[in-house]
Amino acid sequence: MERILDVQHLKVNFATFAGQVQAIRDVSFHLNKGETLAIVGESGSGKSVTVRSIMGLLANNAHIDDGIINFKNQDILKMTPHEIENLRGNDISMIFQDPMTSLDPTMPIGKQVAEPLLIHGKATKKAALKRAEEVLELVGITNAKNRLKDYPHQFSGGQRQRIVIAMAIVNDPEILIADEPTTALDVTIQAQIIDLMKELQHKIDTSIIFITHDLGVVAGIADRVAVMYAGKIVEFGTVDEIFYDPRHPYTWGLLNSMPTLKTDAERLYAIPGTPPNLLNPPIGDAFAPRNPYAMAVDYEAMPPFFKVTATHYAATWLLHPDAPKVTPPTAIQQRKAEYRALLAEQQDQHNTTIDEKIGDDLDD
Amino acid sequence: MGKYILKRIGYMILTLFIIATATFFLMKLMPGSPYANQAKMTTEQIKIMDQQYGLNKPIVQQYWIYMIGLLHGDFGTSFQFNNQPVSYLIASRIGPSMQIGLQAIILGTGLGILLGAIAAIRKNTWVDTVATFFAIIGRSIPNFVFAVILQFFLAFKLGLFPIALWDGFSSSILPTIALAMAPLATTARFMRTEMVDVLNSDYIELARAKGNSPWQTVAKHALRNSLIPVVTIIGPMAVDLMVGSMVVENIFSIPGIGEQFVKSITTNDYPTIMGLTILYSTMLVVVILIVDILYGLIDPRIRLSGSEAQN
Repeated sequence: MERILDVQHLKVNFATFAGQVQAIRDVSFHLNKGETLAIVGESGSGKSVTVRSIMGLLANNAHIDDGIINFKNQDILKMTPHEIENLRGNDISMIFQDPMTSLDPTMPIGKQVAEPLLIHGKATKKAALKRAEEVLELVGITNAKNRLKDYPHQFSGGQRQRIVIAMAIVNDPEILIADEPTTALDVTIQAQIIDLMKELQHKIDTSIIFITHDLGVVAGIADRVAVMYAGKIVEFGTVDEIFYDPRHPYTWGLLNSMPTLKTDAERLYAIPGTPPNLLNPPIGDAFAPRNPYAMAVDYEAMPPFFKVTATHYAATWLLHPDAPKVTPPTAIQQRKAEYRALLAEQQDQHNTTIDEKIGDDLDD
Repeated sequence: MGKYILKRIGYMILTLFIIATATFFLMKLMPGSPYANQAKMTTEQIKIMDQQYGLNKPIVQQYWIYMIGLLHGDFGTSFQFNNQPVSYLIASRIGPSMQIGLQAIILGTGLGILLGAIAAIRKNTWVDTVATFFAIIGRSIPNFVFAVILQFFLAFKLGLFPIALWDGFSSSILPTIALAMAPLATTARFMRTEMVDVLNSDYIELARAKGNSPWQTVAKHALRNSLIPVVTIIGPMAVDLMVGSMVVENIFSIPGIGEQFVKSITTNDYPTIMGLTILYSTMLVVVILIVDILYGLIDPRIRLSGSEAQN
């Protein structure tokens, strides 16, 4: 599969009065063409900083210390500001978190949606507005033609997020970055926006990086998932691998704290403790102090990635051949069992279809 | 929009009526009389004069007569200049005042907006510090001090401009600069604060994410949004200019209306005081109306409430 984006050993520090905050500590991941990669993690884990590094939109006090961000075999980090500007809103575009503040209150939305086309010289003014109308229809703004001259305050929060999405896709970007696009919305609108994103996955040919702290959203939309904690990726794999066969204790904690239809406990599980201070990150596994399965080695050395399958890696010492065998929480075990059953069922179906096919062939 | 403006004009007339009434009675409370050499006049002479100007009638009646005259567009006759109607007095002297006032407000707000914007974009650099320094100076030194300094150095020492006479545009430059300092400083400070705020907002980041260069972002998105609150302070600043212009006009010997106003007050020239007060008030309410309309043009959210008022 073609890798459209390849991030390697990214390190980002923020200079603050208290000292250097190590927001991103050696993050590597890639994005395949046409897939949707979800990056999950709690607030402050470095999800947004990671994608802002790709966009070149980091705050002034941020400094990229190390790493490569290859977009189509060109390192974004080595580009001039002008070259990155040509990329932004053209090859790589972004959907922001809060639609209430993301739109310019004094510009008609038609003009705002058409803007990326005009900046990058893709269309004349008239053609750009026509295209803006098309895209607004696509994202579900009814009667878009008559609403081009309307201003943001004349739209509801959900509609505004649709407009923000329209702006991001108007130029047919190769990569679409969605930075918690549903966090600021209420639950019913969240569902609508997620449905829209899923619809767009089919309609437009774009690779998506989807950032969220909501695992429920991930299940429905992502092909692959990367779990971030304290500025590092701790586990990544396909969506099924992460949801049904997670290996990192942090991922277990995240999944356990997500309510499901089968949750019957009085209280929802919460991971105890707080994330570490990234001014002085721990030398070992950053999750160790909150990890009921932590071993002595977790406090002393940073775990490398251990391979689970060709697509599934986790950075926990528990996967080391010498580590004691631990039993994951019961809920995680149940997930595994469900998954095996699901796989077996799929296998059966697959076999029957093959049998039928063979049968068909024999009939001929 | 049309209905909104009509409504506003109605309120303006009411405001002007209240101002005229209040001024009339306050003016009558002032000590002194309109006659410069009253001490030398006999009681008989004063009586004749009072009768001639209608000052012997009860105050309420005088007020009634004045207001009726006003409705017919009659501002009365000046006491200082015999037989010169106040309307003529104003008409002949308003030109220079208006010219200097307008030039100062355009120069002051224009440069202020520019300076404030640059200071915000180059926040916490030497550019910002220099702009802040000038803003503080402009705000804290009164305009007549600037007027004297400019007059002394640029006109008297260097001879670049006429010192104190009224002869077209070149003689309006120094008073304009002196008057423009305060609005410039205020606008610059206000603009900087607003712009810093706007530049930190989400829609500016989104504009950058669309591929706008930093300057494009400022021109297309930041400037207009920063201007919204700045426009509101232009009204009060225009008042500042009108009041402040009196002293500056005096320094540069400009035959303007400000100078006339001061003279009319010191000589108890009642019709001229009334006429000029009404003129200033009218200018003020008109400026405020213009600012409100401008506000609606810049901010679509205000415009909507305007069109709602129409429905």
